[in-house]
Parts: sequence; structure tokens; C-alpha cells
Amino acid sequence: MLSYEAVIGLEIHIQLLTQSKAFSSDSTEYGALPNTHVSPISLGHPGTLPMHNAQAIEKAIKMGLALQCDITRINRYSRKNYYYADLPKGYQITQFDTPLCVGGRVPIKTKEGIRKSIRLTRIHMEEDTGKSMHDQDLYDTLVDYNRAGTPLIEVVSEPDIKDGDEAYAFVSEIRRLVRYLEICDGNMEEGSLRCDANISVMPIGSKVFGTKVEVKNMNSISNVKRAIDFEITRQIALIENGGQVEGETRGFNGLNGSTFSMRKKEAINDYRYFPEPDLPPTLVTDADIQRVRENMPELPESLYQRFTEQYGLNDYDASVLIDDKESAFYFEELVKLGVPHKTASNWVTVTIRGFLNERALHLADFPLKASQIAEIIQLIQSGSINHSIASQKLFPAFINSPESSAQEIVERLNLATSSDTGFIEELVQQVLGEFPEKVAEFKSGKTGLLGMFVGEVMKRSKGKADPKTTSEWVNKMLKN
Amino acid sequence: MKAFHRVIDIQADLIAGSLTCVELVNHYLTQIQEKAHLNAFLEVWADEALDKARLVDAKIASGSYGKLAGVVIALKDNLSYKGHKVSASSKILEGFEALYTATAVERLEQEDAIFIGRTNCDEFAMGASNENSAFGPVKNPFDESRVPGGSSGGSAVAVAAGMCHCALGSDTGGSIRQPAAFNGVYGLKPTYGRISRWGLLAYASSFDQIGPFAHSLEDIALLTQIMSGADSQDATAIQEGPLDTWTYTEKKNRRFAVMKQAVEHPGLDPEVRDTFNQLLDKLRALGHEINYIDFPLLEQMVPAYYVLTTAEASSNLSRYSGMMYGYRSPNATDLESTYTRSRTEGFGPEVKRRIMLGTFVLSSDQYDAYYEQALKVRRIIQNETDAILDHNEALLMPTTSTPAFKLGEKSKDPISMYLADLFTVQANLAGNPAISIPSGTTQSGLPIGVQLMTSRKSENDLYDLSELIQKLF
Repeated sequence: MLSYEAVIGLEIHIQLLTQSKAFSSDSTEYGALPNTHVSPISLGHPGTLPMHNAQAIEKAIKMGLALQCDITRINRYSRKNYYYADLPKGYQITQFDTPLCVGGRVPIKTKEGIRKSIRLTRIHMEEDTGKSMHDQDLYDTLVDYNRAGTPLIEVVSEPDIKDGDEAYAFVSEIRRLVRYLEICDGNMEEGSLRCDANISVMPIGSKVFGTKVEVKNMNSISNVKRAIDFEITRQIALIENGGQVEGETRGFNGLNGSTFSMRKKEAINDYRYFPEPDLPPTLVTDADIQRVRENMPELPESLYQRFTEQYGLNDYDASVLIDDKESAFYFEELVKLGVPHKTASNWVTVTIRGFLNERALHLADFPLKASQIAEIIQLIQSGSINHSIASQKLFPAFINSPESSAQEIVERLNLATSSDTGFIEELVQQVLGEFPEKVAEFKSGKTGLLGMFVGEVMKRSKGKADPKTTSEWVNKMLKN
Repeated sequence: MKAFHRVIDIQADLIAGSLTCVELVNHYLTQIQEKAHLNAFLEVWADEALDKARLVDAKIASGSYGKLAGVVIALKDNLSYKGHKVSASSKILEGFEALYTATAVERLEQEDAIFIGRTNCDEFAMGASNENSAFGPVKNPFDESRVPGGSSGGSAVAVAAGMCHCALGSDTGGSIRQPAAFNGVYGLKPTYGRISRWGLLAYASSFDQIGPFAHSLEDIALLTQIMSGADSQDATAIQEGPLDTWTYTEKKNRRFAVMKQAVEHPGLDPEVRDTFNQLLDKLRALGHEINYIDFPLLEQMVPAYYVLTTAEASSNLSRYSGMMYGYRSPNATDLESTYTRSRTEGFGPEVKRRIMLGTFVLSSDQYDAYYEQALKVRRIIQNETDAILDHNEALLMPTTSTPAFKLGEKSKDPISMYLADLFTVQANLAGNPAISIPSGTTQSGLPIGVQLMTSRKSENDLYDLSELIQKLF
């Protein structure tokens, strides 16, 4: 049996988070009642004309800059002509010969930790269609035009992707970036981020690509991976059994993880692209690009580098922190407030994240400001409270009353670490008295038991005993 | 009622109290009724026009009224006017009512214009004879066996036959100027982008311009000024404020260019040629310069025009699909047949011909041979036109090669019909303003027009030069 390799290119449609549509002032809000965000422009009424949406262009440039693309200065629009019920004008306004962004690359890291760069062909701007709903009525397809005219960018990759894992990493990175840039919510289920994959297989080392198949309708990142892996296996099996891959568009069935034929390629449309006469070209100047660049947040790649090199975090911590912008920026705030890097990282990635994950919340919904977490850390560092009390008692109490100060809560709940030696001495005596055999073992040289005694004292103090003082007392009394 | 040629004359009588808007509207309504057989109007808004007339009469009495108080205007049936039917003289827009008002119409309305109805035209403004209307041809009031020209035939006839004071048309390749010439009235195609196209049912977006028909240059200038100016709803509109008010400036020693290929054209009617040559003599006699120029591109213009306009039209008319509004075939059973049957039954033969032609020239294996070439020709024509107008103040030629032709004479021969646009398409290819000025009649009494074209964005210059010429007739 021959060995095969897959050649995969992805096309990702990203709905831009603008208040209004690409070429009209209609709202772009998701989830409104069908056909309520429709003006004569969205509905393609006779005599209507499109107007540029400056917000959309700016957001598209952001994406291009983030992915190191060349930004096109004279942006022409074209019409892509075809008939479908959800396309009111009978053509889609898109960019054909002058995509806004050319080239660029997406850095990915696969599950096995392999880093690689996926080259981009282009990113262009276009408008979305309405939505055909085939499952709302027994007999008819219904169409909701709310989405018609929503601004989109389409990111087209070079066929640099080799398998489902790399595709997974690619789409994840794109989604993380659009969220960092706040140009799209990245929600694949609601369709604000949609991915199509072009997949072919060929014998390893071959110079000729196999026949490519386009797979659509993968509404989550894990489905992108599943669909691609299924399709690669299907195509190889087909060839191995003497068959031939047919050029076609296939859908993905998330229930059983398989792809199915939707339409054959011979029904290919001639879209009759030509320059959109209703829109003069959009000119992008150096000053425009500079302005957009200045309004961009620091991106994950650069954050990763800084967190590892400048702050000395390990790969794992840095990777978890940059997973989303909010965590990275929260961490950065803690660092600015003087919290040691590793401590700040632990609080964000363990304590805070744990709390949020349990409740399925986002950091944006987290009630405590970084300065408040810094207050807690300050109390620990000054020895007023120990870490376990801080994370198990103070932290949840603080969340419930963020208007108080950490110090107030410590006092109210009597959480302060006790360095009252009388209190500690009493407990140590109690413990040593209850475990005479252990005391004997310790005295015969099993000094490792020290931790057990300290732990027991801590437990009985309900965490309030200062571990350092306790350990000193245990040592002292054992030596008596 | 006396014949008014200028808005200021009407307003003088209104202010003096010797005339009311209601009387004016009633007069026009009677004219429309008496000349109904000309088929100029598709719909008359009698009650609404009378209501508005009463309102404007009250405004005049109060002393506060708009620049178009007392001006009764007809709208070509391809302009959106909220709450009114608009059909582009096509069955495919059966029952369709506009949800919004075209910018040009709205600007006139704000100046107290009274709209009296919508006028017949060639379907989707495609034609030069008004015979391509789903509602029958319009007849020429000077000879009812002849065409009124097109595509804005109804608007030209409505003004010429006294059924309204002014009218709006649209001009993609001559659709205002040619019917203006055939009906002895003024017709202007402004600079491309001078008037917002918002609300104009598109034929060919990069060519279409709204413009007025009137009995005088003053009124042409007034209406155009009011409609002009940037519009946040049309990205192709010129990003400038409205035109300055025009007042005639007389200048000596004007320089007119005349294309040799036009005056020597074998299709040029002898009476049209003689009238034109006499005009040139008079201009020379007044000390103006006539420069004959060689323009071999004349024959390339009509083909380039048809490739580009049909390409744009094939896309612009895709929205008429039976899906969302207008005519849907009762024989449609599914998505595909909704498209094919609704469009087959809803469009007339000329529109279908142009959609087919446009679809062909844009198809991926023909694009380079036709569309791309035509774009190049257009660019060359723009450059050459600029070059002529760098050395001359205007380009002067007959508006049409013949006076109005007979109904049915050219309808079987699309190519000869297309050549009716020979002298007019240049202004649309190049985007320049051009006007048709009445220049007398033939022996048999058919009107003749002369066309004047100036540089882009120079309408007020164009009017000055037109004033000079109209004095000679």
C-alpha cells in the first residue's frame, strides 16, 4: 500500500462586528425576529444603492495587519452574479481582483507541540447572504434576510495544512485573533465564523495534487477536524479500492462524523465577476493603516514571547495565559501592581480560572478587579493570612462582597493567621500528646514526620496557625 | 390658458394672484385627458396633485414658498416615489409600490413641486423609440404616426404637448436628449454623478443620469441645481454641494468643435445637416470659432456602449426574479421555475435581448474579448473627449441623425435602432454633461435638436453656450 499525504486549504468566513451592515444602515444584531433588520437596500429593492461601511474596512485591515498581510491601497469591489433565494440582488458585492489583504501567515501549534506557519493567499471583504431555512416549514424553504448584507471577510489559506489537527489549530488561532481584535465574536454555532475545507490526497512526495473536494457545514472547530480526518480516510480508501475521487461539494454530518455529497462540480457556476459600478474604489492610505495599527491590542504571539522571555514563565503558563485576551491582560495588570510573575500567573490560571470554569463564566463577568486580587496577594505576602485560607475562604467571600476591602473581610470572618504562640503551643502539645509513637519515630531519626505534625496543627487551627511559627514550635518541642 | 415657458413667469402670475396652482393643475389634467391617446402617462395622480396645489396656493398666499412653487412635474416611470407605483414600464414590476423616494424627487418635492403622474418609457429605459413599453408605445405629438424617441418618450411628450410644465427623465445613452430633440423641447443629461441616482431604477449604473425636460434653459438650470449635490445614499454622486445658481454670462469668440465624422455621416438626414450647417455659419458670423476635428472613434462608440451597458444591465436586472416583489409567474412550481417563468413572462423582448447580450459578454470565456475591450474603448473615448474639450469650449453636433422616425420603422431591426444613439452615447461613455436644444423643424414640421457637450462638471458653462445658440433659432 502506498503512503498518502493530504493537501488542505481552508476558507474562513468571518462576520465583522459592526453596528450596521456592509452597505446599509440596517442593524447586524443576531437573533432578532426574522426579516426585521431589513431596509430596501438589504432587500435589493429597485433603485437602491450600496454605501461603504468605514467600520468594516477598518476591522478587516486589523485582521490583515495581525496576520502580516500586505494591505491593498486601491480596493475595488466586484459583483459575483448568481441566483439564489437568499441573495436579494442576484449578485453579491465582493472583492475579486483586489483583495484587501494579500499574503500573510497564521502561526499554529499542534497538539503535539509542533509549531508551523500556514501561509495565507488573501483576505477579502464581501457581504453576507440571507439565511435559507429548510427546517422551519413542512413544505417550503423560508428565508430570513436579516443577515443579508452583513459585512464579512473571507480568509483563504494556501494548501499548507496536512491534517485535521493542523486545521484545528489554524481555526483556533483565527478565532483567538478575531476575539483579541474584537472584530468578530468567533461563534461558530451561530455562524459568525464559518469554515470550508478543500481537501485532496496524493501519494507522499507526489508533485501532482489529487482531485479536491470541498467540505462545508462544520459548525465547530472539533467538527472541522473530524470532517477533515474522515474525508482523508475516505479519499485514500476510495483510491486504494481502485476508485477515483470526484470533484464535489460535501456536507458534514456531525451525528455520525461522516461527510456526504451535496453537489457535483460540473454544475459549476460562471459568476460573471465584473467591477461593481455602484461603488468607487476604497482608498487605504499609510495614515489609515497607522491609525488602525495604533488601535490594535498586543497580540498573543508577542505576549507569549514577553511572558516567557521577560517574565520567565514556562511554556505551559504562558500558553494558558494568552489563550484569551482577558486572561493575558488581567495577568499583566497584576504584574503592574507588583505581584510576582509566577504568583500572578497562578492566580489567573488556577484560582480565578477554576472559579470561572465551575460556573461557566467568562473573565469579563468576573466581579473582582486585578487590584482586588492584588490586595489578597498582599495580605498573604505580609503574612496576615496564609494561602489556603486566602484561596478557599477570603477569595469566595470577596467575590460575594466586592465592595468591601480584603482586609475588612479578613477581620469580619476572623481569617487572620494566628501567630499567638500560646494558641499554637497548646495545639502542638495536643498533637504531640496524641501521637506518642510518631514522636518516638521522629526522635529516632525519622525527621520527615515534621510535616505531618505541622499539618495536623494547621488542620486543628482551621488554617489560621501561621505555618512558619507552627513549624518552629513543633521543632522546639520535639527536641525537648 | 397662456403657455408658460419659464417657472419665473408662472410664479409671477401666481404671486400677482392672476393664477392659482389649482387652476394650473386642472389645466394640465384636462390636457392629459384630451391627449390620452398619446399614451404619455401610465398613471395620473390627480387628487394628490390637486391637494398639493391647494397647499402651495396657501403657501404662496402666506408669502413663504419653495423655489418650485407652482411647477407641475411628471416623473418618468423609473423613479421611486414613496407610496406610488413604479414599474419601469415592465410587467415584471406589476403591483410594485416604492417604499422610499428618490433623492432627486425628494429635493424637488421639498421646493414645493407638484407631481402629476408617472410617464411611459421604454422598458427599463432600454430603447430609443418608446416602443419597448409593456404599456404600448407613446406617440409623437407633432406626427402621431411617428415615435417620440426614447427611452424617456412619455416625459418628453408630456412637456411638449403641454400636459405638465417640466418632467424628469433618465439618460443612459441619449434617453433624455434624443426624445427632447424629437419633441422640440430642452433636455439635459448632467455630468455623471451630478444628481444622485438613489431611487432611479438602474439600467446601467455607470452611465445612468437623471435629468430634466423643459421649455427653457432657465428651467433646465433651476431643476438641475435643485436636484444636484452630494448624497449620503449614492457613493458615485459627485462629492460637492449643489450647483451655483446660473446667470447668463455673455462671452465673445467661443470655440466650438465639430466632428467631421458626424457631419459627413452617410446616415445624416439632409434637412438635419442643412439646419446644422446654417447654425455653424451663424456662429462664425458672430465671430465664434468652429474647429472641425477628426474623430475616427465615432463608429466604436455604439458597440462599446452596448457591450458595457448590457453587461451592467444583466446584473442590475437580476433582482427581478419573482422572489421578493413584482410579478411572479402563476406557473412557477419551484425555485428554478419561479426564476425562469417569472422572468420569461415578465420581461419584454428587448430587455431579454440585452440581458442575454450582457450575460454573454461577462461570461468567463468572452469577458476579455468583449467587456475588457469595451472598457478600454471607453477609456480612450474619455481621454479623446477630454483632449477635444481642452482645446474647445464645447463639442457641437446634431442630437440625432434624423428627425422622429415612423412607429414600427426600426423595431424589427435592433442594429438600426441602436444607431439612433450614435451622437448621444459619447456623453454617457465619457460622463460629460450634454444638452439637446430645439433648433427648428423640418419642412414637414418635425422638430430637430442640436446637441452641445462641455467638460465634466461644467453645467453652467454649458448653459451659457446654449443660450448663445438658442438665440439663433
